[in-house]
Amino acid sequence: MKRFSGFNLIGEAFRSHQGWPEHWPDKAPKASYDAIIVGAGGHGLGAAYYLAKKYGITNVAVIEKGWLGGGNTGRNTTIIRSNYLYDESAHLYDHAVKLWDGLSQELNYNIMYSKRGVLMLAHNVHDVQSFKRHIHANRLNGVDNEWLTPEECKAYCPPLDISPRTRHPVLGGALQRRGGTARHDSVAWGYARAASALGVDIIQNCAVTGIRRGADGAIEGVETERGFIASRRVGVSAAGSTSLVMKMAGLDFPLESYPLQALVSEPVKPIFPCVVMSNTVHAYMSQSDKGELVIGAGTDQYTSYSQRGAFHIVEHTLAAICEIFPIFTRMRMLRTWGGIVDVTPDRSPILGKTPVKGLYVNCGWGTGGFKATPGAGDLLAYTIAHDAPHAINAPYNLDRFRNGRLIDEAAAAAVAH
Amino acid sequence: MLLIHCPYCEEARPEVEFVYGGEAHIARPIDPSAFSDAEWEKLLYIRSNPRGRHHERWRHTHGCGRFFNAVRDTVTDVFETTYKAGEARK
Ligand SMILES: Cc1cc2nc3c(=O)[nH]c(=O)nc-3n(C[C@H](O)[C@H](O)[C@H](O)COP(=O)(O)OP(=O)(O)OC[C@H]3O[C@@H](n4cnc5c(N)ncnc54)[C@H](O)[C@@H]3O)c2cc1C
Ligand SMILES: [Zn+2]
Repeated sequence: MKRFSGFNLIGEAFRSHQGWPEHWPDKAPKASYDAIIVGAGGHGLGAAYYLAKKYGITNVAVIEKGWLGGGNTGRNTTIIRSNYLYDESAHLYDHAVKLWDGLSQELNYNIMYSKRGVLMLAHNVHDVQSFKRHIHANRLNGVDNEWLTPEECKAYCPPLDISPRTRHPVLGGALQRRGGTARHDSVAWGYARAASALGVDIIQNCAVTGIRRGADGAIEGVETERGFIASRRVGVSAAGSTSLVMKMAGLDFPLESYPLQALVSEPVKPIFPCVVMSNTVHAYMSQSDKGELVIGAGTDQYTSYSQRGAFHIVEHTLAAICEIFPIFTRMRMLRTWGGIVDVTPDRSPILGKTPVKGLYVNCGWGTGGFKATPGAGDLLAYTIAHDAPHAINAPYNLDRFRNGRLIDEAAAAAVAH
Repeated sequence: MLLIHCPYCEEARPEVEFVYGGEAHIARPIDPSAFSDAEWEKLLYIRSNPRGRHHERWRHTHGCGRFFNAVRDTVTDVFETTYKAGEARK
């Protein structure tokens, strides 16, 4: 890996930038690895990077059925925040937010983390009470989150319409100033490049088609489109496809896969200074550095693997956006797309060991796992390296669906988040 | 938007008239107090989530108001068939 630095940039400028090597070489799979990660999204690539970096396990392969970052990592609206209600959640998401800080330097790759603040709008009495409860709970956990009056919301985000006569009146908002956005593709590329430099093989266009278990039930390796690859440790980070991969190991999972859509407008000059979310009306928005308004919708109602959703979902979201931000009523939309999100019954992820020896899982991030990318990668690596979960991800075990210790952010937020 | 055939109204209507009801043919326990934790887990939380044929419930909320079952392909989203509640799994 050739490091990015001012010095190297100037040097390359004299050679028409012909001297930069490829970010990550395309590798053919070896016969065996010390650990295999299934799925080259941000989470899987992050796990491989931290395995190599923190635990010295460098003989690692990341196996991806498509191209790296082509799953939800490359399809999401990149909102980062950690103001979740429950203690377990605050610890988990804030662990990630702390890692976002300094990640560009650590990876020597600009992931464009921008702490522009995430403002969540309250439109009714229930929202006001629920957000204030979140703010108090967050403060106890050392997570910043503050209440803004409608006028303060307007000052923070001028395009907002706070007149009381709108269809979705703004009664206030919860602002997490450390929240913001990062460039999704760069996160995948940065981790891939840094992991590859430490010796990790990234194998793309190679779907995992089976999981081989020995006579004692323990993991022996994975069957792929390019043959069998042996490993005693396999970490699955396959997002919307996790149920399918787990079935290969004989496990039934508490997951359902739903389409989630997003869209962008044509690029315009900087107009929108922060991230605004409105859970009640299922709309959220920010502006990318390219200038597009990035808009996210709610999930479609039915399960699907089609990576596309219905238009009425988009229409519903845009109707809400036009009400809350009348300035954008004549904005033209450029494109829409969908990803498949893996949703658990309590809307909290599953990150830990499985009943199969040597098989680890990181899934169930649903509609909100981009913000957790560095944290999930770090904790999956820890769990694989120690064959035991870290204290932060210990509550996110599979057993909770049997013993009832759910981490019910679904009930806390009343919507997907 | 999906077009969904309601087996009661005998008509294909737009998806916005319907509410999705989750996986179909999940039988409730006859004797709940005899259910083990593992059986509760399976009943409440474990879902087949297949890629391909999926048996699911829909409710014609803005029509006849009734629940019915459907078989839909989760890759193409095309409905294979819909049938009345109480009929055998197709
Ligand atoms: C429209 C949309 C908007 C979103 N907005 C936000 C947001 O604003 N903030 C936020 O925090 N989160 C958001 N999310 C959620 C977020 O994108 C995901 O939770 C997160 O990116 C998951 O990362 P991942 O690396 O686990 O998954 P992915 O990036 O999906 O990676 C999983 C990879 O596994 C691969 N794979 C699957 N099966 C196999 C197989 N059999 N063999 C090999 N490889 C396989 C896939 O091809 C894929 O590349 C959004 C999601 C969507 C779809
Ligand atoms: Zn009907």
